[in-house]
Amino acid sequence: MIERIIIAGSGGQGVMLLGKVLAQTAMLEGKQVTWFPAYGPEVRGGTSHCMVIISDQEIGSPYISQADTLIILNRPSLERFKGKLKKNGILILNSSLAAIDKYAKMQVLSFPFTDIAIKIGNIKVANMAALGCFAAAKKIIKVKNILKVFKSIAPAGNLEILKINQQALEEGQKLNHG
Amino acid sequence: MEKIFKRGESLYDVATHYCPGCGHGIAHRLVAEAVDSLGIREKTIGVAPVGCAVVAYDYWNFDCSEAAHGRALAVATGIKRVHPEKVVFTYQGDGDLAAIGTNETIHAANRGENLSVVFINNAVYGMTGGQLAPTTLLGQKTATSIEGRTKKAHGYPLKISEMLALLPGVCYIERVSLENPQEVLKAKRAIKQAFENQINNLGFSLVEVLSPCPTYWGLSPKESLDWIKLVMRKEFPLGRIK
Amino acid sequence: MAKTKVLLSGNEAIAQGAIQAGCTFYAGYPITPQNELIAYMAKYLPASGAVKGQAARVFIQAESELAAINMVYGASAAGARAMTSSSSPGISLKQEGISYLAGSQLPAVIVNIMRGGPGLGNIAPAQSDYFQATRGGGHGDYHVIVLAPASAQEAYDLTQSGFDLADKYRTPVMILGDGVLGQMMEPVKLSSRKIKTPPVKSWALCGCAGRKPNIAKSFFLREGALEEFNLKLQKNYQIIQQKEQRFEGLFLSDAKVILVAYGTMARIAKSAISQLRNAGKQVGLIRPISLWPFPERAFQIKNNRVKYLVLELSYGQMLQDVRLAVNGRQQVEFLGRSGGGILSQEQIIDKVKKIL
Repeated sequence: MIERIIIAGSGGQGVMLLGKVLAQTAMLEGKQVTWFPAYGPEVRGGTSHCMVIISDQEIGSPYISQADTLIILNRPSLERFKGKLKKNGILILNSSLAAIDKYAKMQVLSFPFTDIAIKIGNIKVANMAALGCFAAAKKIIKVKNILKVFKSIAPAGNLEILKINQQALEEGQKLNHG
Repeated sequence: MEKIFKRGESLYDVATHYCPGCGHGIAHRLVAEAVDSLGIREKTIGVAPVGCAVVAYDYWNFDCSEAAHGRALAVATGIKRVHPEKVVFTYQGDGDLAAIGTNETIHAANRGENLSVVFINNAVYGMTGGQLAPTTLLGQKTATSIEGRTKKAHGYPLKISEMLALLPGVCYIERVSLENPQEVLKAKRAIKQAFENQINNLGFSLVEVLSPCPTYWGLSPKESLDWIKLVMRKEFPLGRIK
Repeated sequence: MAKTKVLLSGNEAIAQGAIQAGCTFYAGYPITPQNELIAYMAKYLPASGAVKGQAARVFIQAESELAAINMVYGASAAGARAMTSSSSPGISLKQEGISYLAGSQLPAVIVNIMRGGPGLGNIAPAQSDYFQATRGGGHGDYHVIVLAPASAQEAYDLTQSGFDLADKYRTPVMILGDGVLGQMMEPVKLSSRKIKTPPVKSWALCGCAGRKPNIAKSFFLREGALEEFNLKLQKNYQIIQQKEQRFEGLFLSDAKVILVAYGTMARIAKSAISQLRNAGKQVGLIRPISLWPFPERAFQIKNNRVKYLVLELSYGQMLQDVRLAVNGRQQVEFLGRSGGGILSQEQIIDKVKKIL
């Protein structure tokens, strides 16, 4: 098994964190994993992306030229990365901020992650709704292990943050069953 | 016969390599005497510069390090941070401290590194053959300012001690001279003060020593001492700066 | 945290490896793509446990790379396990200090997370400082030991080896990575052993109580003295060349084409090899881990029909060492890219097919 995921959005949407949580969960499950960020001079704004590879075997290049899955949180990122999806790959798209009209040879899971996050009460957790959607679609990592990772990285004692991220994750997971 | 004056333990009994009338020999001795009078020889670490005093460690009987040209205060920072309980000092010329090493000098001072600096200002590069120094006086002839230093071509003599005095990390700066025995005694007291400040954890101390270079001033040793008194001191006035 | 794996970038793994190795002094200056290293040291070095026989751990953000390497010179002369890190343009500035360290026989670990050059270049991964790293880099007749990790785990492990080698041979050691290695996060198994006690250094500057003064210096003015010293250095280098060659070999027994690559480039080569092997192609890999000493031993392959393909993120620097090691016995081919582009698996496969 090898799964190559490109995660992209605007700076501040939690793209890097999404990738890190994904990578940490895969590590927790005993898989090989690499997380590789774009490290340009942009700090806020602009497009931001990272590449995560999960595998049973030693991973060669951490750079992805053909992705199995794209997780895209805004429109400029869609334009930039849609060409990197392999044939019949999955595009997980944040429909609150981007839309795709015509598509062929890809599976599109388009949901309003930002709106969902706003409804939950914190726009910043759109990334975790997208992660929940990925977990349900791909079944490579278990949601209960994502929750373990949340607990290990959340600021000590901040239960509110933990709770709202968990809620977003679960909402995202449900979407895909509907 | 009773011996009433002797070489201190911190100074080796070796022949000097310095030119006749050079101030380095006196300054080396003052450093050694300060170390001995404070009884710190076994906990002192000196940092020698690049310049005429490059082999200062051949004269001092305590641990010493070389430093690349201008980097003495970076090297001293490394040593002092590893051994905060030792007494660490640098001995640097004007080119080393105020030209190629200005950045290291300013930042060590600004960090308030608990170090002592003996800064030898002889207004010229000695080791390389008498070229223009940052402290060369206006009108002073050197190998690279043949007609004398001009404002237009070379800028002004750099008063680095006055500049450093502005920094809050600096606790003590004094300018002294080796022009006569009274001034030498003052220089000795100032150098000792710089070491005492470090022992008392007061921060960065620097003693600027106006020192003769008869060879590259084109003067006799006696004339050189007069030149410090009559000419150099006008640009670089003596006394406590901070 | 002891036995479990943690997700660390190569930069962080190097920093954590240094802490584990008993590094007590770090000075550095920010530059991309190694900023995570200096930030990790700022956060964790002073707070890490005491090292037996050493003063408190010290972190300094220096005013320049020049100052940083010279602080390391002072700290090393004072007996500490000392480190600095930077990326290509900053490493050029440090060369003065590295030459002085070598000339004063002072141990230190210097990390170069390479980026594109020449000049300010860019911040993309590159391997174009190979010449600078393996030929000494500064002035004078010297070498530094150069270790090239290809994963975060190896970055952690080799940094620790680096400190041991530096002390053993009294020489600077360089950890040579690239932007990908520095930035990429991977699981790292941290050592559960207690932090090492660095060796006692009788030559260190710590005050001359009960002994003759120690001098740290690289200046040998007396006639014949420098030659004598340089011969001593050369002898040390010969021992290092005999004892410290490191490499990884893959499928060397049946390979018709052997890829030669280090660091990130070797990872991409491995991906290409697994794809080629699946297609029945007999391709192998030599991955130099020590770049100096260069692992010449790996190239003692008898079959004259074997071909080597050197892969680098440069326009052919390690290539010269491979040619020297092969010494005309076999054909040596080259594929390289530099300036920001990373050589892809597909480009490697195309080239191999042409050569086979």
